[in-house]
Amino acid sequence: MILSWHTASIAPLLVLQKSSLWMPRAGSLHAPAIDELMRVSLLALTAAGILAQIILLAGLFLPRERRPRFSPVWRWIALAIFALSMVWMTLVAENLWSTIRLTQAAPNAVQVEVTGVQFQWYFRYPGGDGTYGAVKPGLVDAPGGNPLGLDPADPHSHDDIVTNVMELPVDRQAEIRLRAQDVIHGFFIPGMRVMQNATPGMPSQIHITPTRIGDYAIVCSQLCGLGHYRMHAVLRVVSQQNFTKWIAQHQTASKEN
Amino acid sequence: MNPATLDPREPCSWLRRYVFTTSHRVVGVQYLLVALAAVVTGALLSLLMRWHLAWADALIPGWGLIKPEDYLALLTLHGTLMIFFVTSAAPQNGLASLILPEQLRGAPPSSTDTNITRSEVRMALPLLNALSVWFTLFALVALLSTPFLPGGAAISGWTSYPPLSSTALAGPGQSYGMDGWLIALALFSVGSLLSAISVVATVITRRLHGMKWMQMPLTAWSWFVAACMMLPAFSILLAACGMLFSDRHFGTSFFFPPVEVMNGIVLHHGAGSPLLWQNLFWFFGHPEVYIAVLPAMGLATTLLATFAGHALAPRTYRTMVAATVAIGLLGFAVWGHHMFVSGMNPYVGRGFGLATIAIAIPSAVEVIQWLAAIFAGGLRRATPLLFILGFVSLFITGGLSGPILAQPILDAYLHNTFFVVAHFHLIMGMAVSFALFAAIYYWFPLLTGKCMSERLGRWHFWLSLIGAYAVFFPMHFAGLAGEPRQYAQLTGTAGFLQNLLPLQRFITIAAFLLVAAQLLFFWNVLNSWIRGEKSSPNPWDAETLEWESPGDPSASHVRA
Repeated sequence: MILSWHTASIAPLLVLQKSSLWMPRAGSLHAPAIDELMRVSLLALTAAGILAQIILLAGLFLPRERRPRFSPVWRWIALAIFALSMVWMTLVAENLWSTIRLTQAAPNAVQVEVTGVQFQWYFRYPGGDGTYGAVKPGLVDAPGGNPLGLDPADPHSHDDIVTNVMELPVDRQAEIRLRAQDVIHGFFIPGMRVMQNATPGMPSQIHITPTRIGDYAIVCSQLCGLGHYRMHAVLRVVSQQNFTKWIAQHQTASKEN
Repeated sequence: MNPATLDPREPCSWLRRYVFTTSHRVVGVQYLLVALAAVVTGALLSLLMRWHLAWADALIPGWGLIKPEDYLALLTLHGTLMIFFVTSAAPQNGLASLILPEQLRGAPPSSTDTNITRSEVRMALPLLNALSVWFTLFALVALLSTPFLPGGAAISGWTSYPPLSSTALAGPGQSYGMDGWLIALALFSVGSLLSAISVVATVITRRLHGMKWMQMPLTAWSWFVAACMMLPAFSILLAACGMLFSDRHFGTSFFFPPVEVMNGIVLHHGAGSPLLWQNLFWFFGHPEVYIAVLPAMGLATTLLATFAGHALAPRTYRTMVAATVAIGLLGFAVWGHHMFVSGMNPYVGRGFGLATIAIAIPSAVEVIQWLAAIFAGGLRRATPLLFILGFVSLFITGGLSGPILAQPILDAYLHNTFFVVAHFHLIMGMAVSFALFAAIYYWFPLLTGKCMSERLGRWHFWLSLIGAYAVFFPMHFAGLAGEPRQYAQLTGTAGFLQNLLPLQRFITIAAFLLVAAQLLFFWNVLNSWIRGEKSSPNPWDAETLEWESPGDPSASHVRA
């Protein structure tokens, strides 16, 4: 009985989840927990919403003598149920937020820096030395091949890799440093269930662990000017082996330059 | 409007009677006319946006192709018009001026007369109240002139985050258009502050002799609490606009980062912070939501009692007043929920998440009381009541997605997606509009002495309700799919966005129908005004004082 009720309420959800009208297929370590919270919260709130609309329609159309009478105590019971479900939802959600956002990245995390520029994402890997080279705003020259303003005088910058595609190895944490050159951009990867603004003058850090090989859309989620709608990039999650190969290729290319 | 229902003390010149006057009713109608100009413009602009979003290559008659920057200018104007000039100016400043003094039927503090007639009723500080509508009108003119300035209208949305809004280098419209936007908002803030001072003073000093605070109608309570919220909120907005203007022109650095590269040009500034604007703007912006919706909530409570034919039970009344005041206070503690992904400290995000859930409780108290009143039945099924039921329905649907967005971890997926657009259009756009319609259908007989057509009213209600849900409910799914708002087109390399085109096309068609349905309302207003049946002095058997005929001894009923 409980099972069949559960199936009946979940069935429309399953159809939705298969369509393009739901969150895209998840590919990160923390995504299943977020999706579960989203599903349960949406279901509970939708049920509450439908109940309220039924009461409204009954109030409008049901003859008065056919309505059951409720004691005013029910108002407080309804409020208590609502409040308790809010408390439950908040506890689960805050717990998840702490697990994901209030923890440091693992020491062996892949380092990648994301820079938002009107209307382009750049990705930088620190190279073999594991340290990002210095950047100078005065050296920024996108047509000349130095969109981030890497300072050639800093030896750390020599092996830095700058790309238009974000590539990450599967099942390994990535620590993402977010920067913006001009205005605020929103770094949003729906498939990774992650969003964080890149604000000029205020670098910030997030970390994710991709768990599924494949391509994921990166979009800008903070209005940044007339090209906002086309500020997209791709996150390519690959095996560790392919990632190492990709980095090596880029390193050779940057040395040749 | 029949001049007999206006302030008879005014001299007879048309200009003195309808334009340069401090009569609270005329000022109220002036506010509604400003809001009408804004809502018609804002709705037409939104149709252009919807058209372009669904069919990006379409040539709009009389316009041609809408460019991405045009789309952003349209959405900036649409948001600014609707949030400030419609949902804030009409239900709060406008309706309060129109109705509040008559509901309180108050004498000047110096008078000892306990029998005040309608013609002697006025706002406290009537000149401030009258000035406020002029500031609002000038603000509207300033805003609507921005598309005609060199570079066009501002393109940074109704929140205008710097650095996008702090330098002309950031894009077309960010030069004169942005200055115009700031001037318009500053003028609007001054107008709203004057109006709020006048409303607060009226409630404190102009209540009928013997009317205690806990005998005021719920509408008066909501206008009072909203006005109290406006004083700090619009002061902060005014200051923030001044600071941004100063950053743009006087070399200050409140919101600039120390260095930025804009369009290949290196800009050096002092060490400001773009986050400061977000804090200031949302410290205004979130109370603003409650400033818009509190009058609607008070109206719902009062009208549900009126149409049930009885006064509110004392316990229900006290509960509703407490919930209104709680929402007013908590409204100032939740602004950070707009900034979960801004780079704000994630610990702070937890606090704002909790405060936001806390504000859901007094809102739920009000909703449960409304539902109980509706279910108890015996409601007279007239058009104003239908629109109040529509308000409750949309308030619930829009409100229930609030607790989802209040959770930082869920908001870090849904922030700035169409899910948020669905949420605030349902609760702020549609719910508040339905309450405004209810107010107009309800008070129309008071202002014109005529009845509005019930039949047209019912058609208007059902078409608008279906339209509102058809336009805004599907947006939840676009948001869940990850579609960011403020995208001019769904082309580009992120292919998942193109899958949402059929949904967006459906929404566009529904939006055209929703706007078309409003023609019924305008026809009803005009036709009823000219040819409508004469109304009785108190057609809804209301117990609030604005319906008592002039000269009535009116100490008997003071609450609804």
